[in-house]
Amino acid sequence: MTKLLIIVVLVLGVLAVVRLSRVYELTATLRGKREEHITDRDNRMNARFMWLFCVLYFGFFLWLLFRYSDRMLPVAASEHGVWTDQLMDVNWMIIFFVFFLTNILLFYFAGRYVYDKDRKAHFLAHNNKLELIWTVIPAIVLIGIIIYGLTIWNRITARSAEGTAQVELYAKQFDWTARYPGKDGLLGATDYRLINDNNPLGIVTREAIGTRLAELAIGVNAAVEKLQAEGKFLPPSTVAEITEQVERHKRMMRKITNLKVMMEQDIAEKGAASSYNHGADDVVIKEFHLPVRRDVELVIRSRDVIHSAYIPHLRAQMNAVPGMATRFHMKPTITTDSMRVVTENEVFDFVLLCNKICGASHYNMQMPLVVESQTAYDAWYAEAMKKPFQGAPAAEAPAAPATPVAADSTAADTAKVAALTAAVQAQPTH
Amino acid sequence: MTKYVFSQDHKMISKQYLITAIIMAWVAVIMSLMFRLQLAWPGEGFAITNFFLGDKWAPGGVLDPNMYLALVTIHGTIMVFFVLTGGLSGTFSNLLIPFQLGARDMASGFLNMLSYWFFFLSSIIMVASLFVEGGPASGGWTIYPPLSALPQAMPGSGAGMTLWLVSMAIFIASALLGGLNYVVTILNLRTKGMKMTRMPLTIWAFFITAVLGILSFPVLLSAALLLLLDRSMGTSFYLSEIHIGGEALDNVGGSPILFQHLFWFLGHPEVYIVLLPALGITSEVIATNARKPIFGYRAMIGSILAIGFLSFIVWGHHMYLTGMNPFLGSVFVFTTLLIAIPSAVKVFNYLTTLWRGNIIFTPAMLFSIGLVATFIAGGLTGIILADSALDINVHDTYFVVAHFHVVMGMSAIFGMFAGVYHWFPRLYGRMMNTKLGYAHFWITFICAFGVFLPMHFVGMAGAPRRYYSNSEFPYLDGVADLNVLITLFAIVGGIAQVIFTYNFFYSIYRGQKSVQNPWRANTLEWTAPVEHMHGNWPGAIPTVHRWPYDYSKPGKAEDFVPQNVPLEPGEEEDHG
Repeated sequence: MTKLLIIVVLVLGVLAVVRLSRVYELTATLRGKREEHITDRDNRMNARFMWLFCVLYFGFFLWLLFRYSDRMLPVAASEHGVWTDQLMDVNWMIIFFVFFLTNILLFYFAGRYVYDKDRKAHFLAHNNKLELIWTVIPAIVLIGIIIYGLTIWNRITARSAEGTAQVELYAKQFDWTARYPGKDGLLGATDYRLINDNNPLGIVTREAIGTRLAELAIGVNAAVEKLQAEGKFLPPSTVAEITEQVERHKRMMRKITNLKVMMEQDIAEKGAASSYNHGADDVVIKEFHLPVRRDVELVIRSRDVIHSAYIPHLRAQMNAVPGMATRFHMKPTITTDSMRVVTENEVFDFVLLCNKICGASHYNMQMPLVVESQTAYDAWYAEAMKKPFQGAPAAEAPAAPATPVAADSTAADTAKVAALTAAVQAQPTH
Repeated sequence: MTKYVFSQDHKMISKQYLITAIIMAWVAVIMSLMFRLQLAWPGEGFAITNFFLGDKWAPGGVLDPNMYLALVTIHGTIMVFFVLTGGLSGTFSNLLIPFQLGARDMASGFLNMLSYWFFFLSSIIMVASLFVEGGPASGGWTIYPPLSALPQAMPGSGAGMTLWLVSMAIFIASALLGGLNYVVTILNLRTKGMKMTRMPLTIWAFFITAVLGILSFPVLLSAALLLLLDRSMGTSFYLSEIHIGGEALDNVGGSPILFQHLFWFLGHPEVYIVLLPALGITSEVIATNARKPIFGYRAMIGSILAIGFLSFIVWGHHMYLTGMNPFLGSVFVFTTLLIAIPSAVKVFNYLTTLWRGNIIFTPAMLFSIGLVATFIAGGLTGIILADSALDINVHDTYFVVAHFHVVMGMSAIFGMFAGVYHWFPRLYGRMMNTKLGYAHFWITFICAFGVFLPMHFVGMAGAPRRYYSNSEFPYLDGVADLNVLITLFAIVGGIAQVIFTYNFFYSIYRGQKSVQNPWRANTLEWTAPVEHMHGNWPGAIPTVHRWPYDYSKPGKAEDFVPQNVPLEPGEEEDHG
């Protein structure tokens, strides 16, 4: 019914416009008016509108500027954020100046030099001096902007000092996980093939390799047995699917075995310095805390698609790209508590959000960030060390309507792996 | 059949492009209104949304998050490629290149026909992709893998994505056929006396646009083909170490960043492929209606060339935050900010052209002045985005959305409207209604800033783009009312396009019959008879004796001197 009404209204609207303009056409023809002949009245009207528009345009702009100035991002809560905010202000000043100047000229000229059949326009084809001036002046201003901008950029992206604390931010559809180094102060090596519910970041340890190999072996055996027992009764497509899965898992087992060899070799060569020795004590947690006024290097990784780690209040952002680690080095300068005072908002929280389209729940992929004093941070860290990783499944469930197929397979896989893990634990360890 | 459908005549092909583009533009406009409704009133149901999307994608009129992303993606794709590349270049390059150069037709009428029909086919495929199971491509118009490569990542990355890629491959073939044809025609089919330095700025713009397209579109084609291989053949160009849907994939060694490099190597020149024709049209319309020569003709050509060249070495400014080497980022900051110089020159030259002019406000002139305004506003915010240090915090926020909609969306569409109003008599031999043109312009102009000016503020508040809703983030509550304001302006602006569409189609059949040179312009297209004929001119083609901007030349009775009028004894052709 609503649909019908909408259609009726639309049709009537169009008809009304048609009739109105038809009336206009007829009267215009009666008066002998030609469309290309723009009357003085029309010219003057449009010229006045140009000036009026200019006033409205600036008025609207200034209204927005004053009305919303306190709803923009509050003071930058990081060291480099203060630099970029200053850079931004300088840029804005230059931009506002050019914006008002050029727009005033544009709308003033447009309204001022209205057509007059008794006047001839000023024939002016070029003027090299003028053109030189407005090529050189923007060039000089831009060189200034470039030098200033790049100075800041180089300071922000300068390699962080040796021994800077690292925190890993790990993205997947549609949540964040943080990883803090353990007592050794170093993040351990990872491999995406080792990822399972208990090791969501795929940290490489002997135990993780053993568990994963066992898991895969059990899965492969079960599938092979199933094929032998029921293969004849299953549809060919299912058989092909299972066979492919078996092959893939076998390939994966070979790669993991290879990883194991490499790991042992690396440990033999480098001893305690080997990155494979650092993973066991890493803290994997769905909380994000940083101590205030301490340099930190965020190591940003992704499991599936490209995400982007964006912390607007800290003016920090870096993409999370599967297959590689990106880095962002910064120093938070204001604690969450101070920020609550500054913003006069008792529930204010820094927030890490995803800023690269990543799927249905992209708009809600967030993790609060707590910036706190070193003492408070140390206490939180000591507490975090004790907690085992709290599994991913809870976070995966509300992950919005992905494809029915994908969702089903995820659920199925989760159940399967859980069963297998249980089976592995029941067996004597290798 | 050969007259209307398989026509090889540049005038008919031009009309075909234009009408296809208008239809596609409506599809994209309606999409934008639906996602604007969701952004203003998140989670509320709208009958209109349900009407277009049905119960599957908008149960109770509430837009589904996946469909939201699909709408955003297809809106961008259609607007950038089908309306502002195919529609703008296709329409006006085809119409004006032979006419303004004094040629009988394009160098190859057959390739020209093929170019349109490839464009038509790709439009059909793109529209068809809206109806597949899982919905159309939804990974953003930039279709970054792995999101676009893996059907497990989102429903839109299934059949919809495949159709998107196929459609784009055909579109690129069309763009290349068209582009080659334009370049060859401009270089070879200029009439006697039409030196390169006597060509109207429209032709210069179309020329550089075509060159940009020929050099950059093949790169997108290769990027798309590699993506197709990754999707269906198990290759790993863009994929590495991915664990998705509970499974670790085999792919290792590829790089998603490679795709971004390939994509933006087209993507950035594409911005100028969209913008340059609009600037060319504006140069022509402003000079004609200010009754004054375009100021700094050679500087205008120079800045078109400079922009064209620079556009190939700035693509990395879309990628400052991909983990790309910061030094490489610095280089792109430098080259990107350099583009501001030729752009500034163009703006100042437009302003000087208006200064002490004798301005006639035709609807085309209004839209051209509108273009200068949007080009200023959008160009200036580009300075912020080009600066890598500033980009850290505004990258992928609504600030970017506002910036490129103003500078390439609005500017290009204003250029296109200016072109349609100005050359409608040349296309259809009839006039469009001026009063409706005024109404269309002023509503559109006000709404354009009503939509995009506040959007900059939403961006500066830190609102990311491509968010289904901002309501999950309390720090964005302060700008929630701006989203309502933007949507209201968008609705009014969208509806205003009905005026244009009506005026356009009505005038085709019922508009006042046009005279030969209604705008008293200098260029050659107005020396041809109103009625279209094969070969454009009944007798010999005109000979050119002067540049196209002899408006209000001192010592002449009229305030215009067409290009085919010989120089008088002692008359100088000095236009520096």
